[in-house]
Amino acid sequence: MSARRPTLVFSLMAFGYAFLYVPIVSLIVYSFNESRLVTVWAGFSTKWYASLMHNDQLLGAAWVSLRIAVMNATLATILGTLAGTALVRFGRFRGRQALALMVGAPLVMPDVILGLASLLLFVAMEQLVGWPAGRGMTTITIAHVTFSMAYVAVIVQSRLVRLDPSLEEAALDLGARPWKVFFVITIPLIAPALAAGWLLAFTLSLDDLVIASFTSGPGASTLPMVVYSSVRLGVSPEINALASILVGLVTIGIVIAGVVMQRRAARAM
Amino acid sequence: MAGPRPELEAWQDPSAAPLVEIRNVTKTFGEHYAVDDVSLSIYPGEFFSLLGASGCGKTTLLRVLAGFEKPDKGSVLIGGHDVTGLPPYSRPVNMMFQSYALFPHLSVADNIAFGLRQDRVPRAEINDRVADMLRLVKLEGYGGRKPDQLSGGQRQRVALARALVKQPQLLLLDEPLGALDRKLREHTQFELVNLQQRLGITFIMVTHDQEEAMTMSTRMAVMNEGRIRQVGTPSEIYEHPNNRFVAGFIGAVNQFEGRVVDQQGDTLTVHSDDAGAELRVRAQHDVIPGTPLAVVVRPEKVRIFAEPPPPCDNGLTGTVEEIAYLGDVSIYHLRIAGGALVEAQLTNRARRGAAPLSWGDQAWVCWNADDAVALLE
Repeated sequence: MSARRPTLVFSLMAFGYAFLYVPIVSLIVYSFNESRLVTVWAGFSTKWYASLMHNDQLLGAAWVSLRIAVMNATLATILGTLAGTALVRFGRFRGRQALALMVGAPLVMPDVILGLASLLLFVAMEQLVGWPAGRGMTTITIAHVTFSMAYVAVIVQSRLVRLDPSLEEAALDLGARPWKVFFVITIPLIAPALAAGWLLAFTLSLDDLVIASFTSGPGASTLPMVVYSSVRLGVSPEINALASILVGLVTIGIVIAGVVMQRRAARAM
Repeated sequence: MAGPRPELEAWQDPSAAPLVEIRNVTKTFGEHYAVDDVSLSIYPGEFFSLLGASGCGKTTLLRVLAGFEKPDKGSVLIGGHDVTGLPPYSRPVNMMFQSYALFPHLSVADNIAFGLRQDRVPRAEINDRVADMLRLVKLEGYGGRKPDQLSGGQRQRVALARALVKQPQLLLLDEPLGALDRKLREHTQFELVNLQQRLGITFIMVTHDQEEAMTMSTRMAVMNEGRIRQVGTPSEIYEHPNNRFVAGFIGAVNQFEGRVVDQQGDTLTVHSDDAGAELRVRAQHDVIPGTPLAVVVRPEKVRIFAEPPPPCDNGLTGTVEEIAYLGDVSIYHLRIAGGALVEAQLTNRARRGAAPLSWGDQAWVCWNADDAVALLE
């Protein structure tokens, strides 16, 4: 009985990992495929990486996506933190219930509706006040911020709820003004939640296709939009190569974050 | 421990100016009156305790003093200035929190320096004063540690140092010893009192532990349901409680409900059905016969005998129902004729108990009229 359990655990674990990572591994493997056809293996080659370097459309879209993702993550973190703080720390103010509902709504709202609503708003605003003039990176970023700040607000809220309110009171009591307390005590203590929120907002923006399709304009195609439209014409192995590079970058980021956190934990002991 | 006491304590001196004046403060949370029309004067140099069970409003009152709660009615004066509307960061008051609330991301020295940094004290002076504080709470060499690298007792001392470093006129302490284990708590009680007397800072402490309040305070206020039920020195409150709540809350007590039948000078005769007898008690005021009141006597003032004792002011007899041997004292519960249970406490002076009493024996109890208190309220 006890001798069999490790094999059972091991096979379950192997199945779980396979389920998660086989698609990614096959994507990376096929990025080194000699053949033009994604599904036929014709020997090892790095030529798709070389040709990716000359595919300006794909690289341009990746660059657009990255810039939108960074801007979105930063704005969403600021707004989401303010909303989360207001909901947890400001007691029962007028309209608190309404704010809580509205902040949470984008979490359950279908992307199609959010995208369409944003598009209608941008068009109406352009006609009324002349801004935003046309659609492009700005409108995609604004639309992304509206839904990803909800995620940040939820993460910040759950962290703040567990934070002993007497820490902030102690800082007030020692003579720090409320804004100073927020920056010197609250922010450092919820920093892990802010980092998690930033990363989540970054990821949400990076792989959003629906909302970006609604709110983008000429010259502002994000990576998912370009990949999706080129897949309809047949997948190019260059996309595999680009995806492999992204996976590599994310892996390096996670490893660095893990090492830093482990070092910090070791220092705290 | 204390130096020679002045002839007149500050609270007895009509010319003394109080440091803290709480005037008719009321604080409600929805329908609930957390603090209900409380007035209190606290004088410089006092170690004042707010004592009560949880939910009695003592912590809310402390938070009103710190500025974290704004009273619905009434005002708070500190050093003669109305601070009712002032935020916590503008009050000459510091607080030590029950959870200590040490900033986990700052070192011990940075925690202590936090208050001074807010006042833009020069760096060299900050370093000196932090070093002084670390010496005061016996934590030299711990300045570089983080709070989670300290024991509970050390954290308590850091919290104390952080609250004292700005030299406030008034220090508020919310259950300062609540998180310490029993042995450490007793030791820390004396340290805290010594420190308070050395620094001359006024302390107001919230506690639910009556022993702690009795040991440490110059005066204390007993609170219940948002109201102050009695203010006085520990001995006044213990020996002369002025209502049934305080008598029952502080220490153990024998309480007999009855009606006044006669008054001779300052001695009242009370008929009590509980006791099944007439009881004599010293009266504080004149009382009309027929008035209902409670006669209250502490177990250690009740003497217990195995044989009929010589006549005394209040003598009752009954059978021994419980005996609890606690080492230093033994406690006897006696069921008397009226059906009430009388508790008597006997100090075990000799190694073998003086009263050869056992369960079910008949025994006699007896106490002086002077040792009992008559309570109208």
